[in-house]
Amino acid sequence: MAIFYILLLFMIIAAIIAVETQDLLSSVICVGAIGFGGSLMFLFLRAPDIAITQIVVEVLGLIILIRATIVRDRTFITGDREFFGMVVSMVIIFVIFLAGIKILEVLPAFGTPIFAEVSDAASQTYIREGLRETGAANLVASVILDFRAYDTLGEATVLFTAIIGATVILRKKSRKLLEEPDV
Amino acid sequence: MAEKERNSNGMKGMTVIVKTISSWVKVLIFLFGIYIIIFGHLTPGGGFAGGVILASSYVLLMLAFGREFAEENLSLPVASRLDCVGALLFAAVALFGLFYGAASFFWNFIHRKYLLGEPLELVSAGTIPLSNIAIGLKVGASLFLVILVLSTFRPEPSANKGE
Repeated sequence: MAIFYILLLFMIIAAIIAVETQDLLSSVICVGAIGFGGSLMFLFLRAPDIAITQIVVEVLGLIILIRATIVRDRTFITGDREFFGMVVSMVIIFVIFLAGIKILEVLPAFGTPIFAEVSDAASQTYIREGLRETGAANLVASVILDFRAYDTLGEATVLFTAIIGATVILRKKSRKLLEEPDV
Repeated sequence: MAEKERNSNGMKGMTVIVKTISSWVKVLIFLFGIYIIIFGHLTPGGGFAGGVILASSYVLLMLAFGREFAEENLSLPVASRLDCVGALLFAAVALFGLFYGAASFFWNFIHRKYLLGEPLELVSAGTIPLSNIAIGLKVGASLFLVILVLSTFRPEPSANKGE
Protein backbone atom coordinates (compact mmCIF):
# COMPACT_ATOMS: atom_id res chain seq x y z
CA MET A 1 0.00 0.00 0.00
CA ALA A 2 2.89 2.33 0.63
CA ILE A 3 3.96 2.15 -3.00
CA PHE A 4 0.72 3.82 -4.07
CA TYR A 5 1.28 6.81 -1.82
CA ILE A 6 4.86 7.18 -3.01
CA LEU A 7 3.76 7.10 -6.65
CA LEU A 8 0.93 9.53 -5.93
CA LEU A 9 3.34 11.95 -4.27
CA PHE A 10 5.68 11.64 -7.23
CA MET A 11 2.90 12.41 -9.68
CA ILE A 12 1.65 15.39 -7.68
CA ILE A 13 5.13 16.89 -7.41
CA ALA A 14 5.70 16.38 -11.14
CA ALA A 15 2.36 18.02 -11.93
CA ILE A 16 3.14 21.05 -9.78
CA ILE A 17 6.54 21.44 -11.39
CA ALA A 18 5.01 21.06 -14.87
CA VAL A 19 2.62 23.93 -14.19
CA GLU A 20 4.91 26.27 -12.33
CA THR A 21 8.14 26.15 -14.29
CA GLN A 22 8.99 28.64 -16.99
CA ASP A 23 11.19 26.43 -19.13
CA LEU A 24 9.19 24.40 -21.65
CA LEU A 25 11.61 21.48 -21.76
CA SER A 26 11.26 20.88 -18.01
CA SER A 27 7.52 21.15 -18.29
CA VAL A 28 7.34 18.56 -21.06
CA ILE A 29 9.62 16.19 -19.15
CA CYS A 30 7.40 16.51 -16.07
CA VAL A 31 4.34 15.66 -18.16
CA GLY A 32 6.20 12.55 -19.25
CA ALA A 33 6.99 11.73 -15.62
CA ILE A 34 3.30 11.98 -14.73
CA GLY A 35 2.43 9.49 -17.46
CA PHE A 36 5.19 7.16 -16.32
CA GLY A 37 3.97 7.27 -12.71
CA GLY A 38 0.45 6.54 -13.90
CA SER A 39 1.65 3.53 -15.86
CA LEU A 40 3.49 2.15 -12.81
CA MET A 41 0.37 2.63 -10.75
CA PHE A 42 -1.69 0.64 -13.26
CA LEU A 43 0.89 -2.12 -13.15
CA PHE A 44 0.72 -2.34 -9.37
CA LEU A 45 -3.07 -2.32 -9.52
CA ARG A 46 -2.88 -5.44 -11.73
CA ALA A 47 -4.10 -3.91 -15.00
CA PRO A 48 -1.38 -4.68 -17.55
CA ASP A 49 -3.46 -3.79 -20.66
CA ILE A 50 -3.92 -0.21 -19.50
CA ALA A 51 -0.29 -0.02 -18.34
CA ILE A 52 1.01 -0.93 -21.81
CA THR A 53 -1.33 1.52 -23.52
CA GLN A 54 -0.50 4.31 -21.07
CA ILE A 55 3.25 4.01 -21.45
CA VAL A 56 3.27 3.89 -25.25
CA VAL A 57 0.74 6.70 -25.64
CA GLU A 58 2.68 8.83 -23.18
CA VAL A 59 5.94 8.30 -25.07
CA LEU A 60 4.25 9.19 -28.36
CA GLY A 61 2.58 12.21 -26.80
CA LEU A 62 5.94 13.38 -25.46
CA ILE A 63 7.43 13.15 -28.93
CA ILE A 64 4.55 15.18 -30.37
CA LEU A 65 4.90 17.82 -27.65
CA ILE A 66 8.65 18.14 -28.07
CA ARG A 67 8.37 18.37 -31.84
CA ALA A 68 5.60 20.92 -31.66
CA THR A 69 7.22 23.27 -29.15
CA ILE A 70 10.92 22.93 -28.48
CA VAL A 71 12.31 22.26 -31.94
CA ARG A 72 10.50 25.33 -33.20
CA ASP A 73 12.61 27.51 -30.85
CA ARG A 74 9.81 28.32 -28.45
CA THR A 75 11.51 27.43 -25.20
CA PHE A 76 10.17 29.90 -22.67
CA ILE A 77 6.78 30.92 -21.43
CA THR A 78 6.50 34.61 -20.67
CA GLY A 79 3.80 36.82 -19.33
CA ASP A 80 1.85 36.99 -16.11
CA ARG A 81 -1.15 34.98 -15.16
CA GLU A 82 -4.59 36.49 -15.35
CA PHE A 83 -6.22 37.14 -12.02
CA PHE A 84 -9.74 36.32 -13.14
CA GLY A 85 -8.74 33.00 -14.67
CA MET A 86 -6.98 31.97 -11.49
CA VAL A 87 -9.99 32.82 -9.32
CA VAL A 88 -12.37 30.87 -11.57
CA SER A 89 -10.16 27.78 -11.60
CA MET A 90 -9.77 27.90 -7.80
CA VAL A 91 -13.54 28.03 -7.38
CA ILE A 92 -14.07 25.10 -9.74
CA ILE A 93 -11.39 23.02 -7.97
CA PHE A 94 -12.98 23.79 -4.60
CA VAL A 95 -16.45 22.72 -5.79
CA ILE A 96 -15.05 19.47 -7.21
CA PHE A 97 -13.17 18.87 -3.95
CA LEU A 98 -16.35 19.23 -1.90
CA ALA A 99 -18.21 16.83 -4.20
CA GLY A 100 -15.28 14.41 -3.95
CA ILE A 101 -15.42 14.38 -0.16
CA LYS A 102 -19.12 13.55 -0.28
CA ILE A 103 -18.51 10.68 -2.70
CA LEU A 104 -15.51 9.26 -0.82
CA GLU A 105 -17.70 8.50 2.18
CA VAL A 106 -19.89 6.21 0.08
CA LEU A 107 -17.21 4.30 -1.82
CA PRO A 108 -16.04 0.90 -0.51
CA ALA A 109 -12.47 0.36 0.68
CA PHE A 110 -9.49 0.62 -1.67
CA GLY A 111 -9.03 -2.62 -3.59
CA THR A 112 -12.52 -4.09 -3.31
CA PRO A 113 -14.76 -4.00 -6.37
CA ILE A 114 -17.54 -1.44 -6.59
CA PHE A 115 -20.33 -2.99 -8.60
CA ALA A 116 -19.86 -6.62 -7.64
CA GLU A 117 -22.05 -6.67 -4.56
CA VAL A 118 -24.54 -9.16 -5.94
CA SER A 119 -23.52 -12.39 -7.62
CA ASP A 120 -25.36 -11.75 -10.90
CA ALA A 121 -23.87 -8.32 -11.47
CA ALA A 122 -22.43 -7.72 -14.92
CA SER A 123 -18.80 -8.05 -13.88
CA GLN A 124 -19.32 -11.38 -12.15
CA THR A 125 -21.20 -12.67 -15.20
CA TYR A 126 -18.29 -11.69 -17.43
CA ILE A 127 -15.79 -13.43 -15.16
CA ARG A 128 -17.84 -16.63 -14.96
CA GLU A 129 -19.00 -16.92 -18.55
CA GLY A 130 -16.18 -15.12 -20.34
CA LEU A 131 -13.99 -18.04 -21.36
CA ARG A 132 -16.89 -20.29 -22.28
CA GLU A 133 -18.85 -17.79 -24.33
CA THR A 134 -16.08 -16.05 -26.21
CA GLY A 135 -13.12 -18.42 -26.01
CA ALA A 136 -10.63 -15.65 -25.24
CA ALA A 137 -8.19 -16.22 -22.41
CA ASN A 138 -7.77 -12.46 -21.90
CA LEU A 139 -10.98 -11.35 -20.23
CA VAL A 140 -10.30 -7.68 -20.92
CA ALA A 141 -10.18 -8.37 -24.67
CA SER A 142 -13.38 -10.41 -24.43
CA VAL A 143 -15.15 -7.53 -22.68
CA ILE A 144 -14.01 -4.74 -24.98
CA LEU A 145 -14.36 -6.68 -28.21
CA ASP A 146 -17.26 -9.03 -27.62
CA PHE A 147 -19.49 -8.11 -24.71
CA ARG A 148 -19.12 -4.32 -25.02
CA ALA A 149 -18.06 -4.02 -28.63
CA TYR A 150 -20.36 -1.04 -29.26
CA ASP A 151 -18.19 1.07 -26.98
CA THR A 152 -15.12 0.06 -28.95
CA LEU A 153 -16.92 1.02 -32.15
CA GLY A 154 -17.67 4.43 -30.67
CA GLU A 155 -14.07 4.88 -29.55
CA ALA A 156 -12.73 3.89 -32.96
CA THR A 157 -15.13 6.32 -34.63
CA VAL A 158 -14.02 9.19 -32.37
CA LEU A 159 -10.35 8.50 -33.11
CA PHE A 160 -11.04 8.27 -36.84
CA THR A 161 -12.96 11.56 -36.90
CA ALA A 162 -10.32 13.38 -34.87
CA ILE A 163 -7.54 12.22 -37.18
CA ILE A 164 -9.52 13.24 -40.26
CA GLY A 165 -10.16 16.66 -38.75
CA ALA A 166 -6.50 17.20 -37.89
CA THR A 167 -5.33 16.07 -41.33
CA VAL A 168 -7.77 18.30 -43.19
CA ILE A 169 -6.91 21.41 -41.19
CA LEU A 170 -3.15 20.97 -41.22
CA ARG A 171 -2.64 20.11 -44.86
CA LYS A 172 -0.45 22.36 -46.99
CA LYS A 173 -2.89 22.41 -49.89
CA SER A 174 -5.78 23.78 -47.87
CA ARG A 175 -3.74 26.56 -46.35
CA LYS A 176 -2.44 27.63 -49.72
CA LEU A 177 -5.98 27.79 -51.06
CA LEU A 178 -6.93 29.90 -48.08
CA GLU A 179 -4.14 32.40 -48.70
CA GLU A 180 -4.79 33.16 -52.35
CA PRO A 181 -7.61 35.70 -52.84
CA ASP A 182 -8.79 34.29 -56.19
CA VAL A 183 -8.07 30.69 -57.04
CA MET B 1 23.13 27.04 -30.73
CA ALA B 2 20.45 27.79 -33.30
CA GLU B 3 22.34 25.70 -35.84
CA LYS B 4 22.55 22.74 -33.49
CA GLU B 5 18.84 22.93 -32.94
CA ARG B 6 18.17 23.13 -36.64
CA ASN B 7 20.51 20.20 -37.23
CA SER B 8 18.61 18.02 -34.85
CA ASN B 9 15.35 18.97 -36.51
CA GLY B 10 13.27 16.19 -37.96
CA MET B 11 13.75 17.52 -41.46
CA LYS B 12 17.39 16.54 -41.70
CA GLY B 13 17.87 13.41 -39.62
CA MET B 14 20.51 12.54 -37.11
CA THR B 15 24.09 11.26 -37.00
CA VAL B 16 25.38 7.98 -38.46
CA ILE B 17 25.33 6.15 -35.11
CA VAL B 18 21.67 6.91 -34.57
CA LYS B 19 20.81 5.94 -38.16
CA THR B 20 22.60 2.58 -37.97
CA ILE B 21 21.14 1.52 -34.65
CA SER B 22 17.65 2.73 -35.39
CA SER B 23 17.55 0.82 -38.65
CA TRP B 24 18.00 -2.38 -36.65
CA VAL B 25 15.81 -1.43 -33.73
CA LYS B 26 12.79 -0.28 -35.74
CA VAL B 27 12.32 -3.75 -37.20
CA LEU B 28 12.22 -5.18 -33.66
CA ILE B 29 9.71 -2.55 -32.57
CA PHE B 30 7.52 -3.30 -35.59
CA LEU B 31 7.64 -7.02 -34.85
CA PHE B 32 6.81 -6.41 -31.20
CA GLY B 33 3.81 -4.32 -32.23
CA ILE B 34 2.54 -7.09 -34.50
CA TYR B 35 3.00 -9.61 -31.66
CA ILE B 36 0.97 -7.50 -29.23
CA ILE B 37 -1.83 -7.12 -31.78
CA ILE B 38 -2.09 -10.73 -32.85
CA PHE B 39 -1.85 -12.23 -29.36
CA GLY B 40 -4.30 -9.68 -27.98
CA HIS B 41 -6.79 -12.31 -26.94
CA LEU B 42 -4.24 -14.31 -24.94
CA THR B 43 -1.82 -11.85 -23.34
CA PRO B 44 -2.38 -8.25 -22.24
CA GLY B 45 -2.29 -5.66 -24.97
CA GLY B 46 -4.78 -5.71 -27.76
CA GLY B 47 -5.40 -3.55 -30.76
CA PHE B 48 -4.90 -0.06 -29.32
CA ALA B 49 -1.56 -0.60 -27.60
CA GLY B 50 -0.20 -2.61 -30.52
CA GLY B 51 -1.28 0.03 -33.01
CA VAL B 52 0.49 2.75 -31.06
CA ILE B 53 3.67 0.63 -31.00
CA LEU B 54 3.45 0.21 -34.80
CA ALA B 55 3.09 3.96 -35.21
CA SER B 56 6.05 4.60 -32.94
CA SER B 57 8.33 2.43 -35.07
CA TYR B 58 7.57 4.71 -38.01
CA VAL B 59 8.08 7.76 -35.81
CA LEU B 60 11.54 6.40 -34.98
CA LEU B 61 12.19 6.16 -38.70
CA MET B 62 11.08 9.75 -39.15
CA LEU B 63 13.15 11.12 -36.28
CA ALA B 64 16.34 9.32 -37.28
CA PHE B 65 16.30 9.70 -41.04
CA GLY B 66 14.37 12.89 -41.66
CA ARG B 67 10.83 13.56 -42.69
CA GLU B 68 11.31 13.16 -46.45
CA PHE B 69 12.68 9.63 -46.08
CA ALA B 70 9.76 8.56 -43.92
CA GLU B 71 7.33 10.19 -46.31
CA GLU B 72 8.78 8.18 -49.22
CA ASN B 73 8.51 5.04 -47.13
CA LEU B 74 4.88 5.48 -46.13
CA SER B 75 3.40 8.50 -47.82
CA LEU B 76 0.38 10.51 -46.75
CA PRO B 77 -2.22 9.03 -49.15
CA VAL B 78 -1.11 5.45 -48.42
CA ALA B 79 -1.32 5.97 -44.66
CA SER B 80 -4.72 7.56 -44.99
CA ARG B 81 -5.97 4.67 -47.09
CA LEU B 82 -4.63 2.12 -44.60
CA ASP B 83 -6.49 3.96 -41.87
CA CYS B 84 -9.74 3.74 -43.82
CA VAL B 85 -9.17 0.05 -44.61
CA GLY B 86 -8.78 -0.66 -40.90
CA ALA B 87 -11.99 1.15 -40.04
CA LEU B 88 -13.90 -0.62 -42.83
CA LEU B 89 -12.56 -4.00 -41.71
CA PHE B 90 -13.83 -3.35 -38.19
CA ALA B 91 -17.25 -2.39 -39.55
CA ALA B 92 -17.24 -5.48 -41.80
CA VAL B 93 -16.61 -7.75 -38.80
CA ALA B 94 -19.60 -6.15 -37.11
CA LEU B 95 -21.86 -6.52 -40.13
CA PHE B 96 -20.94 -10.15 -40.74
CA GLY B 97 -22.13 -10.85 -37.23
CA LEU B 98 -25.44 -9.33 -38.25
CA PHE B 99 -25.72 -11.53 -41.34
CA TYR B 100 -24.50 -14.82 -39.99
CA GLY B 101 -26.15 -15.06 -36.65
CA ALA B 102 -28.46 -13.38 -34.25
CA ALA B 103 -29.99 -10.01 -35.00
CA SER B 104 -27.25 -7.89 -33.47
CA PHE B 105 -23.89 -6.38 -34.36
CA PHE B 106 -20.62 -7.97 -33.27
CA TRP B 107 -22.00 -11.38 -32.67
CA ASN B 108 -19.02 -13.67 -32.32
CA PHE B 109 -20.15 -15.89 -35.16
CA ILE B 110 -16.83 -17.63 -35.75
CA HIS B 111 -16.63 -18.82 -32.18
CA ARG B 112 -20.25 -19.90 -31.87
CA LYS B 113 -20.85 -21.66 -35.13
CA TYR B 114 -17.84 -22.31 -37.24
CA LEU B 115 -14.45 -22.63 -35.62
CA LEU B 116 -14.51 -23.49 -31.93
CA GLY B 117 -10.80 -23.49 -31.16
CA GLU B 118 -9.11 -24.51 -27.96
CA PRO B 119 -8.65 -21.79 -25.37
CA LEU B 120 -5.09 -20.48 -24.94
CA GLU B 121 -4.31 -21.32 -28.55
CA LEU B 122 -3.69 -18.77 -31.26
CA VAL B 123 -6.73 -19.83 -33.27
CA SER B 124 -9.53 -19.30 -30.79
CA ALA B 125 -11.97 -16.66 -29.64
CA GLY B 126 -13.64 -16.14 -32.96
CA THR B 127 -13.79 -12.60 -34.28
CA ILE B 128 -11.68 -11.10 -31.50
CA PRO B 129 -8.28 -11.47 -33.28
CA LEU B 130 -9.82 -10.05 -36.47
CA SER B 131 -11.12 -7.02 -34.60
CA ASN B 132 -7.72 -6.62 -32.95
CA ILE B 133 -5.94 -6.62 -36.31
CA ALA B 134 -8.40 -4.08 -37.75
CA ILE B 135 -8.07 -1.75 -34.78
CA GLY B 136 -4.28 -2.10 -34.71
CA LEU B 137 -4.02 -1.18 -38.39
CA LYS B 138 -6.33 1.78 -37.90
CA VAL B 139 -4.65 3.21 -34.82
CA GLY B 140 -1.15 2.75 -36.22
CA ALA B 141 -1.92 4.44 -39.52
CA SER B 142 -3.84 7.27 -37.82
CA LEU B 143 -1.11 8.19 -35.34
CA PHE B 144 1.61 8.11 -37.97
CA LEU B 145 -0.58 10.32 -40.18
CA VAL B 146 -1.01 12.86 -37.39
CA ILE B 147 2.70 13.07 -36.64
CA LEU B 148 3.58 13.38 -40.32
CA VAL B 149 1.05 16.17 -40.81
CA LEU B 150 2.12 17.96 -37.61
CA SER B 151 5.74 17.94 -38.67
CA THR B 152 5.08 19.54 -42.03
CA PHE B 153 2.94 22.25 -40.46
CA ARG B 154 4.78 25.54 -40.35
CA PRO B 155 2.94 28.36 -38.59
CA GLU B 156 2.84 31.60 -40.55
CA PRO B 157 5.61 33.93 -39.37
CA SER B 158 3.85 37.12 -40.43
CA ALA B 159 0.25 36.32 -39.58
CA ASN B 160 0.31 36.49 -35.77
CA LYS B 161 1.51 39.40 -33.70
CA GLY B 162 1.92 37.79 -30.25
CA GLU B 163 2.91 34.22 -29.46
